[in-house]
Amino acid sequence: MPLYEAARLAFAQIRVQKLKSFFTLIGVTIGVMFLIAVVSIVNGMGRYVEQDVAAKVLGVNTFTVRRFPNMNVGDVTSATWHEWLRRPRLTKEDADAIRDALPPGARWAIDVDDYVDAQSRYATAPQVQAHAATPGLFAIKDLVIDHGRAFTQAEEQLGSPVVVIGSEVADDYFPNLDPLGRTLRFAGLPYRVIGVLAKQGSVFGVSLDRQVVAPFTSPMQRLTSPRGYIHGIVVQAPTPAALDNAMEVVTEVMRKRHELRPSEPNDFALESSASALTQWDTIKRYLVLAGMVLPAIGLVVGAIVIMNIMLVAVAERTREIGIRKSLGARRRDIMAQFLVESATLSILGAAVGIGLGWGLARLIATVSPLPASVALWSVGLSVALGAGVGIAAGIYPASRAARLDPITALRAE
Amino acid sequence: MSTNTFEAPISTTAERQAIIADHGAAPGEDWVIVTRNLVRDYDMGGEVVHALRGVDLAIRRNEYVAIMGPSGSGKSTFMNLIGCLDTPTAGEYWLNGELVSTKKDDELARVRNREIGFVFQTFNLLARATALHNVELPLVYAGVSAAERRRRATEALERVQLGERLEHKPNELSGGQRQRVAIARALINNPAILLADEPTGNLDSSTSEEIMRVFEELASQGQTVIMVTHEPDIAAHARRVVVLRDGRISTDDQRDKFAAAHLSV
Repeated sequence: MPLYEAARLAFAQIRVQKLKSFFTLIGVTIGVMFLIAVVSIVNGMGRYVEQDVAAKVLGVNTFTVRRFPNMNVGDVTSATWHEWLRRPRLTKEDADAIRDALPPGARWAIDVDDYVDAQSRYATAPQVQAHAATPGLFAIKDLVIDHGRAFTQAEEQLGSPVVVIGSEVADDYFPNLDPLGRTLRFAGLPYRVIGVLAKQGSVFGVSLDRQVVAPFTSPMQRLTSPRGYIHGIVVQAPTPAALDNAMEVVTEVMRKRHELRPSEPNDFALESSASALTQWDTIKRYLVLAGMVLPAIGLVVGAIVIMNIMLVAVAERTREIGIRKSLGARRRDIMAQFLVESATLSILGAAVGIGLGWGLARLIATVSPLPASVALWSVGLSVALGAGVGIAAGIYPASRAARLDPITALRAE
Repeated sequence: MSTNTFEAPISTTAERQAIIADHGAAPGEDWVIVTRNLVRDYDMGGEVVHALRGVDLAIRRNEYVAIMGPSGSGKSTFMNLIGCLDTPTAGEYWLNGELVSTKKDDELARVRNREIGFVFQTFNLLARATALHNVELPLVYAGVSAAERRRRATEALERVQLGERLEHKPNELSGGQRQRVAIARALINNPAILLADEPTGNLDSSTSEEIMRVFEELASQGQTVIMVTHEPDIAAHARRVVVLRDGRISTDDQRDKFAAAHLSV
């Protein structure tokens, strides 16, 4: 029997038994819906991380020299933790050495940051992320001054108490006022606002507009790092290709300064957007694995339901099978008829699931900051899974139908 | 009942005996059915039931034969074997020049498809399919294209005066109309034999007569018809009547002789 004939038969069967078919489909539909939705969300998160997080938080072609990694996935063992705590801290001298060794075109900045309390005459809002940083930070992190100015070389050298604030900080502490020239206090010390940053948005719900930047040499440094150590030295290479070279140069400088023998591992960390993306890949793997549990359950339940429905169908249609056999249907014709029927059911379920999953992804994209987007491969996978589940679940019932004795089958009620 | 001007030739006893005695040899193409010592045993939970104890039967092309017998005579078993729905325990069965008694499941399906047209007591139409689709079914398994199937099925239904009922489902048809759909389906592949199993068992007497007229006409056109029945007056429509008893042929007579013996009209 030709395939399309079997498919036509399957559709006729589904049309006759709409309600039963609906219940048959529901397992596969839910499974595929979650598959599509999960993959879309993870996919969307991936784009988000690559485009927004990597670029906005870390900077393009940028790496940060740290005492130990800031971003970690999974558990850090206490042995590792202890090793990290024994590492030498970063100093201003390290930063100077790195600056001197950098290839031309590379940017650098010292960044010492922490969450601190702030007050103005108008408001005391939640904590802000304060950076005591060298001026290079503005260019590296693409912090655009909306109005006002960044600090001058003189202010940097003198350690003047001036501050550039994020747009949200401006709104919170200086409601309906022009913050330029006004005073913002950190730990009681007054800072003059000299600039307001352009709005940057948020990453994973954390606002990038709740930060303030003061000169590295200003008293802010005492606040963000009471002992005077440096948290991170940020380096930006001019091109992606120059990034590796810059990282090598910095590694060499740091190893020399820490007097490491060739056999000893680095006692500092270089965090780049690439390493962050590696971390993200690990997260993504866990997310996809975790996200696959629900679809897998749905598909298994779907397969069991389909197998049951097909067994019932074979029992109900025993006489039909007898008639078909008496008219010349071979075993493989009967087998194909029921396999195609269960595969058609299952693919139909998958198709509905793809539609619902797409809708779910759109809904999530609308109500959350995640730009969920349906991956084409997940649609293909869903159709393949639908067919696979249908065929797998149909094999046993179909072979039972195919093996029926025509005489017995013809006598069935 | 209409009488036919054309009487299909009936094989004589001597001819039949000569064909049957020639064990293992393919019968001439004039012989559509030859069984030699056909045996069918059933194993009923350790106890062997001898349903057929050696049936010798030869039917020539164009014969119209009724097979009779009381229940338990092996009539149904014999009809299943003739219809290639079952395989014998021993003996030969030649159908249209082919030895089918040794064939396997799927080969038998092909033989059923090409050589046999079934007409059942309970019609055995697919309830959800239209008359047209029911008639098309054997062609589906014969691998005929959709357009060709439709054309031939329409023709077949027109031949049994159901040209106006192509898209009707079985439950929208009368008993006689259903049986005519079944007859159209049985004949769609131009089978070697039309094999009818109690074709009037579910019909009232006037509808039965109507179906018998169809059979009569088919036989007069040269179609080999084999009809299994337990009703003597239905059997009397055939030209030759074979009576089974206890798994063997007890009588094999021409209609006139059978009628004289069994019908008290």
